Amino acid sequence: MLRLPNKPIKTLLVSALLISAPLLATSTYAMTPEQRGLEISIEAKKRDIGWKDTETEMKMILRNKQGQESLREIRLKSLEQDDDGDKSLTVFDKPRDVKGTAFLSFSHIQEADDQWLYLPALKRVKRISSRNKSGPFMGSEFAFEDLTSFEVEKYNYKYLKDETINGLDAYVVEQYPTDKNSGYTRRVVWLDKEHYRVQKVDFYDRKNSLLKTLSFEEYNQYLGQYWRSHRSTMTNHQTGKSTTLVYSGYQFGVGLKDSDFNKNSLKRAR
Amino acid sequence: MSASFLKCSALIGSALLASPALMAGEAVDFEFSGKVGYEARAFFNDALHAGQPGNSNSSVFVEPEFYWQWNNGDDSLTFVPYLRADEHDSRRSHADIRELAWIHVGDDWELRTGIRKVFWGVTEFQHLVDVINQTDSVEDTDGEDKLGQQMVNLSLVRDWGILDFYLMPGFRERTFAGTEGRLRGSLVVDTDNVSYESSAEENHLDTAIRWSHTVGDFDMGLYWFHGTNRDPVLTESGSNLLIHYEQMDQFGLDVQATIEDWLWKFETIYRDSTSDSYVALQGGFEYTFIGVMETAMDVGILLEYGWDSRGETNTVSAQDDLYLGARLTLNDAQSTEFLAGIGQDLDHSSYSLFVEASRRFGANWKVSLDARIFDTDESIDALYAVRKDDMMQLTVERYF
Repeated sequence: MLRLPNKPIKTLLVSALLISAPLLATSTYAMTPEQRGLEISIEAKKRDIGWKDTETEMKMILRNKQGQESLREIRLKSLEQDDDGDKSLTVFDKPRDVKGTAFLSFSHIQEADDQWLYLPALKRVKRISSRNKSGPFMGSEFAFEDLTSFEVEKYNYKYLKDETINGLDAYVVEQYPTDKNSGYTRRVVWLDKEHYRVQKVDFYDRKNSLLKTLSFEEYNQYLGQYWRSHRSTMTNHQTGKSTTLVYSGYQFGVGLKDSDFNKNSLKRAR
Repeated sequence: MSASFLKCSALIGSALLASPALMAGEAVDFEFSGKVGYEARAFFNDALHAGQPGNSNSSVFVEPEFYWQWNNGDDSLTFVPYLRADEHDSRRSHADIRELAWIHVGDDWELRTGIRKVFWGVTEFQHLVDVINQTDSVEDTDGEDKLGQQMVNLSLVRDWGILDFYLMPGFRERTFAGTEGRLRGSLVVDTDNVSYESSAEENHLDTAIRWSHTVGDFDMGLYWFHGTNRDPVLTESGSNLLIHYEQMDQFGLDVQATIEDWLWKFETIYRDSTSDSYVALQGGFEYTFIGVMETAMDVGILLEYGWDSRGETNTVSAQDDLYLGARLTLNDAQSTEFLAGIGQDLDHSSYSLFVEASRRFGANWKVSLDARIFDTDESIDALYAVRKDDMMQLTVERYF
């Protein structure tokens, strides 16, 4: 519903990181792999600030080991917050038995997110625990934490190497989640050097074995700045299952406001 | 359905169809969805009361939803009729308008006009503070099925919370099982003989005001309801029960604290009517173990306690009762779920037990299997009349 005033410490931290980034860039030769990894991540975040609000449709195609598919259709609205994580509203269209179910989330950079679920059959809004980061989202190979917005403070970093991926020069950076409820010990991320777009992520489980790989395709640029992948596939190496996300109808600057993200809007979201 | 309810529905329908936006032929989005279902019940014991049928019952139901929106989504109209046909109980065969409402959204306000369903509360085993809609009690024993309520609801969004005002012209009578229905008391409720405390009878204008807000980990709501008590006073007359609806004032509070994996829940009401004034409360917690035993499964544990100042009477469902539940969610592609719960009366040996399992099949089918067990030796307990109605229920739903 209504967000409490944000702690100023967080604002300062983000600003400090953003301001210091260009300074660090001038002295790359002196940096440790940790500093280099942080610098790359700050630059990636910086390039994705200022988009204000978006609306999009998403198809989620779940595939089991035998190749059988099942489909979910979801609509997403997001509103950027200046000094905090984003606000988002997710509405489910398919499968039809969950049609009208909606999910409201106020993500925060360091403290736990605030999340509410609307159950249309009972007309009930339920505040839910946001501790469930590692659980699967709608039976897919995506965990809840894989679908939340990227915030610099959520990880510690280490630059590994440069590598070519999808025909692009890329940085390879290792990310260590700071949240103890994360299902991962680390993520290895490939970011192309030109636009800092994530090309691929390897996820390592709590036992540090390779669990999943997420590959991004079909990047389009919006408002001359913001890159969005229209197709991404998460493959689970341990179960042989995979999930593909197909985005369509991206809209930026639709004029969403804070008042589009409260319990009233959650109840009539569709 | 009462004449006033039908009249109200017709009025809302015609007013909406004549609304300027629709007349002007602006872009209107239309969506049709809904479900049909088949339900089979098997009772473990022979019926206890005269007139009740054998040990099986079939039933079909349909609930389509018609939805229009225009004005860029700032105006919408929802129409949800409901129909059930039951093999044995002619009263369980019934129709209702669950929703027929126009919602207009302003910048920091909403006006919702028509027949609607409104849910208040946070607890799982009993819904004390949920007071707006009448219970459609022929549907199920859990009291979660509701009849549509005609209303005008203005909702204001402020920094200090959401404030809702309700005007409810007209009252819906509770549905009751007929002679041929299982899961009823020994006496049949005479639904043709209804009396009211108010001289306006079922046309009394009920009002409610509710404030709700989120502060950090706490979600809370506080309200005052003034109008016809949804719970009737039933009095014995020969082999029937007569229905009397009183006026009441009710104050309610619900709070949920969401702290890490814990959901702490509390509801309380104070109800004041001519025949009674009392306090009741329900409180407890829900705790979820995420990803148990290195799997994707979640296990939730629920514990609640219910108390009522009236003590032991057969109209009170929880005067000193403990509820324990467990929820198993597989988090698989078919959304397989299990829920089991037990309600134990702490004052004597009486309990009710339920197990619910559900799973999606293909893209559009859902199958649920429920079991309900009631056990008591105490004739004063509310469960005494249904002690022979233990049952299994299979529900197959097709969504469209």
